[in-house]
Amino acid sequence: MSEMVLLADEAVALAAVHAGLTAAYGYPGTPSTEILEYLIRHARMHGGPRAEWCANEKTAYEAALGVSFAGRRTMVTMKHVGLNVAADPFMNSALVTVNGGLVVAVADDPGMHSSQNEQDSRVFADFARVVCLEPASHQEAYEMTREAFDISERFHVPVMIRLVTRLAHSRGIVDVGEARGENPPHKNLQSPAWVLLPGNARRQWRALLDRFDDIRAYVSASRFNSVESGDGDGFGVITTGIARNYFLENLDDLPARPAHLHVGAYPYPVETIRDFVAPLKRVLLLEEGYPYVERALRGIVPPAHLEIQGRESGAVPPDGELNPDIVRAALGLPARAGVSIPGLSLPGRPPQLCAGCPHGDSFHSITSVLASFPDAIVTADIGCSTLGALPPYNAIETCVCMGASVGMAKGASDAGYHPVVAVIGDSTFLHSGVTPLMDAVAADTPMTLVILDNKTVAMTGGQPTIRTSSELEAVVRGLGVPPDHLHVVEAHPKRMAENTEILRREVNHRGLSVVIGVRECIETAKRSKQEKTVIAAAARE
Amino acid sequence: MTFDIILAGVGGQGVLSVSAIIASSAMKEGLAVKQSEVHGMSQRGGAVLAHLRLSDRPIASDLIPRGSAALILSMEPLESLRYLEYLSASGTVITATNPVANIADYPPVDDVLAHVRSLPRALTIDAEALARKAGSARATNMVMVGAASPMLPVSFDTIEHFVETVFAGKGAHVVEINLKALHAGRAAASR
Repeated sequence: MSEMVLLADEAVALAAVHAGLTAAYGYPGTPSTEILEYLIRHARMHGGPRAEWCANEKTAYEAALGVSFAGRRTMVTMKHVGLNVAADPFMNSALVTVNGGLVVAVADDPGMHSSQNEQDSRVFADFARVVCLEPASHQEAYEMTREAFDISERFHVPVMIRLVTRLAHSRGIVDVGEARGENPPHKNLQSPAWVLLPGNARRQWRALLDRFDDIRAYVSASRFNSVESGDGDGFGVITTGIARNYFLENLDDLPARPAHLHVGAYPYPVETIRDFVAPLKRVLLLEEGYPYVERALRGIVPPAHLEIQGRESGAVPPDGELNPDIVRAALGLPARAGVSIPGLSLPGRPPQLCAGCPHGDSFHSITSVLASFPDAIVTADIGCSTLGALPPYNAIETCVCMGASVGMAKGASDAGYHPVVAVIGDSTFLHSGVTPLMDAVAADTPMTLVILDNKTVAMTGGQPTIRTSSELEAVVRGLGVPPDHLHVVEAHPKRMAENTEILRREVNHRGLSVVIGVRECIETAKRSKQEKTVIAAAARE
Repeated sequence: MTFDIILAGVGGQGVLSVSAIIASSAMKEGLAVKQSEVHGMSQRGGAVLAHLRLSDRPIASDLIPRGSAALILSMEPLESLRYLEYLSASGTVITATNPVANIADYPPVDDVLAHVRSLPRALTIDAEALARKAGSARATNMVMVGAASPMLPVSFDTIEHFVETVFAGKGAHVVEINLKALHAGRAAASR
């Protein structure tokens, strides 16, 4: 064993390497990004295992499925909403007979620090009928990920590792173990198990349901679920995930020690929960995420003689992430006071486009062109381009999910609006904007798509886009966008007048047009300049 | 002993580097450490907050409870006032005085500093000027590490060692500037 300081994301990554990973795939998304970034750095330094960014979470998941089919261990990483994109392969992968261990590491974002919703991936794991392990500490992130591969191979199902922002992006100490070698390639020989024709799929689904009792029994007995007896006054606490940490943080201040059940492995341990609550009069559920175990316990007919407290009872807020103080209040402890300055009111400091950001120039062009069209609609997308919603730009009206700007622009145009402008970043376009653009090409929809090409996946820290900037025009042209209405411009203040003119022309055109505004993200440009300086300095020394 | 630190600043000010150096130093000296960071959207020119917890016992929560931080260390004066609810009654605020006024309604900086100085234990440091004197404004955050160092439950030698380690890849000159900045911050805090 040796100690390392890691983000929990990195602990998951290193555990996968130590578990004999052959290949990992993913798409950047806060707070999951650092898992694959760690693996990519690891591969660069050690020559493997393979780690690659993919076009989107669905393609990443499918690549991982191929590795598993070939008998080798694989991991796919994404944020919670990325699992929606990968839902098709995810749901169906529960029905195949997983061969090489398949681990899906999903990082949820309770409180929506960097996301458009706070969906709880444990519900998704339940929906698919797969195993989910939820670490509460860095050490568990490491150990659960290693074990996830074993469980996946033992029961032939995918296993989810569910992280949340506060753990994913926290650094702590991890004791790491000995590395295991990779599986040799051994493709699945019972190929009908992977051919989900209705006849096979029915058999596979039934087989999954039949072994689910074994899965539940095995997972229920997991050391990641634990019971501590209390002082026996009829009060108990059930924690899941990192809620345990906030409970423990307050434990010493409680007048009596409540009985405590921690659930870290799913499907949740039904018998254990039943036994745990049997002697209780009151139970408090503390879950980082949805009231998932709470709802199951409450059911439609709540158990008699048991008061169930949690997000659904109002003892814990119904939304948002937990913290030590929210849990403290739920435990009935008096609030701790900080320091305050009477009358002090501070202006907020929301995120904003960096000074000199090329997107800013594009937004100025868009707002100046559309100023003369009071009925214009501007749809937009996920990523730094979303920041166009904020002052001083106030340039966009929608942000729903990856690629939605394009399809929504088509719909808004079909609904009778003109002009309609869609704004999307280069990586988001390649992730999910290509297919809706095909719909717009097919219908020659009167709309203008503005692709803000900053040559990187900027919001998540500057990962490379799946195809380079110079290839983007060919991709768009290849979809059938009319060449006369496809423009590639430099998104730079010195070109503002001519860019605005091009945009004005295309906005007035009653058909499909695409304008690609190109200039590298100033953050990545700065970073590559710094790297060059460092290399030059090292060469001098 | 648990020593909780709120690290505050604006995206791009190197808050996470400050946190990493203090965390590594504490770990080296055998303390338990948890360091919660913010990545992603809020880093884009927005307020950045890191929770850093050092303890001689295992630490449960990655987040600092309200009213328990021994120190708020801020790279920017307005941000030093944003998280006072976390500060313990006996806690200290140390802030750099140079504002990042990237918002339209930034209050007059003298008012902000007056608020900071109204606190029972507060220290304001012209970190940028000290960093320039040390050789580069980019070492401002190391001035702040130095300014915090007399309070930290970690020896100064260990902190120096990690400043050297972190900047070693950038060449001897960069290491020297950052060490100078570190010392300047410590001297300013000790005055």
